Amino acid sequence: MELVLERWQQEVSIVTIGATKEEGGTRSYVVRVGGEKTLPFLFPEGEIPYPPVIAFEVWDIAPSDWSTELNKYYGDVFNDPLAWAEKCVKQYQAKILCIRLQGAHPDFGNKTSDEEAKLISQLLKKVSVPLIILGCGDDSKDNLILPACSQATKGERCLIGDAVQDNYKTLTASVLADGHNIIAESPIDVNIAKQLNILISDMGLPLERIVINPTIGALGYGLEYAYSIMERARLAALSGDKTVASPFICFVGQEAWRTKEAKVSGEQGLIWEVITATALIQAGADLLVMRHPVAIEKMNNYIKTLMGVSL
Amino acid sequence: MALSGLDIYKLLPKTNCRECGFVTCLAFAMQLAKKAVSMDKCPYLSIEAKRTLAESSLPAIKLIAIGEGENKLEVGNETVMFRHEEKFHHPPGLGFIIEDNLDDSAIKKKLEKINQLKFERIGQELKVNLIAIRQNKDKNRFVEVVKLVAENTPLALVLMSEDLAAQEEALKLVGVRRPLIYHATQDNLADFAQLSKDRAVPLVVSAKELELLSTLTRELNNQAVTELVIDTGKKPIAEKIWDLTQIRRLALRKSQRSLGYPVLVIVDADDPYIETTEAATYISKYAGIVLIKGIEVERVMALLTLRQNIYSDPQKPLQIEPRVYPVGQVTNKSPVLVTTNFSLTYYTVLAEVEASKVPSYIVSVDTEGMSVLTAWAAEKFTPEKITDSINKFNVRERVAHNQLVIPGYVAVMSGDLEEKSGWEVVVGPKEAAGIPAFLKNLYL
Repeated sequence: MELVLERWQQEVSIVTIGATKEEGGTRSYVVRVGGEKTLPFLFPEGEIPYPPVIAFEVWDIAPSDWSTELNKYYGDVFNDPLAWAEKCVKQYQAKILCIRLQGAHPDFGNKTSDEEAKLISQLLKKVSVPLIILGCGDDSKDNLILPACSQATKGERCLIGDAVQDNYKTLTASVLADGHNIIAESPIDVNIAKQLNILISDMGLPLERIVINPTIGALGYGLEYAYSIMERARLAALSGDKTVASPFICFVGQEAWRTKEAKVSGEQGLIWEVITATALIQAGADLLVMRHPVAIEKMNNYIKTLMGVSL
Repeated sequence: MALSGLDIYKLLPKTNCRECGFVTCLAFAMQLAKKAVSMDKCPYLSIEAKRTLAESSLPAIKLIAIGEGENKLEVGNETVMFRHEEKFHHPPGLGFIIEDNLDDSAIKKKLEKINQLKFERIGQELKVNLIAIRQNKDKNRFVEVVKLVAENTPLALVLMSEDLAAQEEALKLVGVRRPLIYHATQDNLADFAQLSKDRAVPLVVSAKELELLSTLTRELNNQAVTELVIDTGKKPIAEKIWDLTQIRRLALRKSQRSLGYPVLVIVDADDPYIETTEAATYISKYAGIVLIKGIEVERVMALLTLRQNIYSDPQKPLQIEPRVYPVGQVTNKSPVLVTTNFSLTYYTVLAEVEASKVPSYIVSVDTEGMSVLTAWAAEKFTPEKITDSINKFNVRERVAHNQLVIPGYVAVMSGDLEEKSGWEVVVGPKEAAGIPAFLKNLYL
């Protein structure tokens, strides 16, 4: 029987996060995402060189709205971001960390760019895994702290975000100058994702240094919108549209843990985070930022079985 | 595969005799392609043309019914590879395997729990569909357990046994419930074909290779057994995704009728997380039936929610009727909250208002199923629209106060809305989660 094989025109670009000593950084290894030559896990049709990667989310301040379920795992380190990061790496075997600088937000402590840059520098010394650095969500504040953190991590090839359609220039310039990658965020919209990638690459940052944040909803909270946007963007990428051929980053933890289900029970929250991640991986997610260490462990097992590694 | 008007035209006599009521054969062909007219209108159609036309109107993936009455499950009849192309039509059946070597009381307990697995979500009831009884011991035990299960659940049944005699006995008891028979293989094809035909029950056909599977379904078709569900056996997860994808592609793109059936997937994992993630994968990727063992409510709720998400219509967001909804024992002092008529938004707000225990009115504005921010950006949730809704639903007659709570995300419209509506606008929280605290501190 003749199977139906797609002849795709193009692959997803490969984004490298982290730089080792040989490459001018201080990370002990690099994490690569992307490079898929076909749709999720259709191995006979095309190569899928890198498995999806799960990042642990770490904050610079103690989060006020995290589920009590997560307190059980991080309660002892919530007030010390360095210890928190170290715990993720040492105890939970985090391969990559995602630092959210929430404390810089005017409503959450208003930390200065010096403070944040200093924290990031200390973090580089404390852990040797590659880093994702996120702003606080306040555009004008992020335009101060992210360039400072970019500079403080120059040469470490971090992934920094988020750039949005009406605020991408400052971050793009920093990322370009300091040798990092950028997260381009679009509101569940393929055309905006494409447009923003073009705007960023027009400033001189190669498309191979962009990761798309398609903005996801949790299971039961609009998951299907992002699911289909990701499928559409990936189909366009494989069919030859270079401008959307970027890996996807999905902020699964933040969405799953603010659902009603997660608030009702820790076990339900854990499953919610796991199934949200599972569905998004099947839609093409490359990098997933998650919270519950058990959920992350389970997802890593799932990814291994997907990639054909026996447990 | 549907034929185009031109494809159909080639099959017609091309005499433009007008007996069909159309001026030309081409005009008739175009109407046939739209299924606006029956091919019987043409008295001169050749037998071959009739057959081609009849086949082209069959769905590429056959719709298969399992069970009877209220708990009947229908799967198949899918038309696309990706939900954004149109939508996925028939949500996969989710079922639970019960081993017949469990003792009776354990089985009963399990069934009691399974029967409770019903959830309401954004106005829809989510429920599980099937109980599969799997033979591990002798024929008598299998039949005994089938009887026990049938007596204790209204769900549709799957009979899992390769023992023909056991199947026959079991079907005497539960045949009228139209259970799914698992399974015909290369080795027992003739016997199971006869069984399916005699008892008029749907049949699972299994083969590891698609080629063999296709041969088996053809043979069954030749014996007039067409109520089929197909299965490619136990495989690693990526190979299963490959099979499911190929079966869907071959059926839709190559009109391969021998694989145009819903696919059954059995998840046989002992680790509960592996089981749930695998089941979630197959729900997302083309399975028609997914059988699992775990019955924990948290997992099942997640799987059913995923199924609801993936099988929702991307063109038509779920909407509720726009009107004013009283929540709890409302009085003329109860707060009035305005939101959209997008189901997800409305039910999220509703749940939080209920949780607050503050009786309130929710005014659902017709935003054509858009969420708050989307509707605001698309000008479907504007001061004018909100004012119209409040007037149309006579909200003024229900309360003795003059305050209107709007979502925090549209705080910018406060002034304009006050002016247009004459109500005093109170800006509520941005996220529904903030509603209980907000309502408790709201003094009208």
